[in-house]
Amino acid sequence: MSVLRWRYLGIAAIVLYCLAPFYWMLVSSLRRTNDIFDSGPLPAPLSLESYRAAFAEGNGFLRALLNSFVVAGVTTVLALAVATVAAYALARLEFRGKNLVLALIIATSMFPGISLLVPLLELFSGIGWINTYQAMIVPSVGIVLPLAVWNLTAFFRQMPHELEEAAQIDGCTPAGAFRRVILPLAAPGVFTTAIITFIAAWNEFIIALSVVNRTELKTAPVITSQFTGTTSFDSPFGTQMAAGVIVTIPLVVLVLLFQRRIVAGLTAGGVK
Amino acid sequence: MVTIAPVEPERPEPAGPGRRSGTGGLAALLVSPTLLVLGLVVAYPILSAVRLAFFQRDDGIDPETGLREQGDVFVGFDNFTDMFTGDTAERFLNALTNTTTFTLVAVSIEVVLGVLMALLMHRAFRGRALVRAAILVPWAVPTAIAGLLWRWVFQADGVANDLLPGAPVLWTTDGAQAWLAVVIADTWKTAPFIGLLVLAGLQVISTEIYEAARLDGAGPVRTFFSITLPLVKPTLLVAVLFRVLDTLRMFDLPYTLIGPGKDATDTVTVLAFEEAVKFGKYGPASAYAVVLFLYVAAVAFVFVRLLGADVFGTRKGSR
Repeated sequence: MSVLRWRYLGIAAIVLYCLAPFYWMLVSSLRRTNDIFDSGPLPAPLSLESYRAAFAEGNGFLRALLNSFVVAGVTTVLALAVATVAAYALARLEFRGKNLVLALIIATSMFPGISLLVPLLELFSGIGWINTYQAMIVPSVGIVLPLAVWNLTAFFRQMPHELEEAAQIDGCTPAGAFRRVILPLAAPGVFTTAIITFIAAWNEFIIALSVVNRTELKTAPVITSQFTGTTSFDSPFGTQMAAGVIVTIPLVVLVLLFQRRIVAGLTAGGVK
Repeated sequence: MVTIAPVEPERPEPAGPGRRSGTGGLAALLVSPTLLVLGLVVAYPILSAVRLAFFQRDDGIDPETGLREQGDVFVGFDNFTDMFTGDTAERFLNALTNTTTFTLVAVSIEVVLGVLMALLMHRAFRGRALVRAAILVPWAVPTAIAGLLWRWVFQADGVANDLLPGAPVLWTTDGAQAWLAVVIADTWKTAPFIGLLVLAGLQVISTEIYEAARLDGAGPVRTFFSITLPLVKPTLLVAVLFRVLDTLRMFDLPYTLIGPGKDATDTVTVLAFEEAVKFGKYGPASAYAVVLFLYVAAVAFVFVRLLGADVFGTRKGSR
């Protein structure tokens, strides 16, 4: 048995480890409700029953998907707009207190969400923000912001310093250099950060669960976790798996398309 | 090893006058929106939580008017003493223990598995892109959905019991098996991610060092412990710190996989969430949150100051 062969066996084990549970969700979602407890590796016969059940009118799942897109999309745009300029300053400009600012931003990402949630809940009840989009979006921006700043700072740092120097020699102000030279070249980094930020915002659960209790405003992960069957004794696993697949598919597509960039983005901050 | 924001030596000002004069102001302008958002959404709530932790809601009937009163009463350290010695102490200390054991056990397993995965993926092989995409799948699945997925796997007549020999285990009810189910789900979701970070760390180690070790007659085990591990340690330490902090605030998995109100899997966050959202008791909930916050801060401090985790990326190249 060669070393190479062991390596391939190991790699096959990794792939199996990562994909088997997800595959099980997919297979289960494609069974008929009556076969849901089958343990065969393929759904036989194939059925879209669970998907029809997930999208059934009373569930509000379609609306929940839309809500998730709105919340994660707006969060991503706002976070990126704020983070890009900050990251540029942190990566490219010399100023006093830079390390302190960096440390502060990273430190905020370490706070447990619950210490933010309880006071925000009280605040939002007071100002009538319960059951609004902004009650989900504003905290999400704060939560993903450190990640976005950190990623973008790493990207901006990788760009050669000669770029701004050339731009300044050509008569650009620092702001002009940023807008005309750096930003276009940093587009791939901004895009990657946008993907990572979007995934983080899409997956946010505890805040969306707490600040909204009207069905029309719930996000997709929240509503999926609250599905009930036809009777309250009936756990609608098929429906939940179908909804789970739908909630996860946009992210899996992003991952398949941009895996190289996502990996580069995720590891950029960690490795010097 | 100095790790937090070492003071950088003053750089000599460039000769051209005014070349950098606008930089400070520009930097302040660019950084302030981020600081403003973080101030409003992170710093203000934390301070507010500390204040709330000293109050309790008073929903009594006013004896004089007979009207229902609503208001917050200052109760000093009551919320905190209740937590450790009062009626709720048992539940809280249990949640604190769960939070700690989840973190210790899950992160340890994840680190070992993650390093193994990284070592396997390190050399170039065909289909690497595919493997990398596969490894990102558990990371991309929303944690709440991962909880539901594993709840399904761990059903009494689910696939986990089908695959395991012996009598079916009631995984999702309560007890040690529920605790284990959460650890397994968490490990599935995050070990590949650690693998990815460690892999990135491995790839910056030059092959020459390995060559030299081989020429000196070091075996694979010796090479791993004397070269690979010390060189990926900085990467690993940061990854472990962020995983530890993440696990200390664990909520989604116990909540969707097992459900709240279970002795075996309630974490501090689950408890605080229940108090705040279900019962509207912001005072005790804030006190839980504040204690968790202090716990997290202490752990971060230990990692950064004592173990030298280079979180802020301030160590400059030299090693």
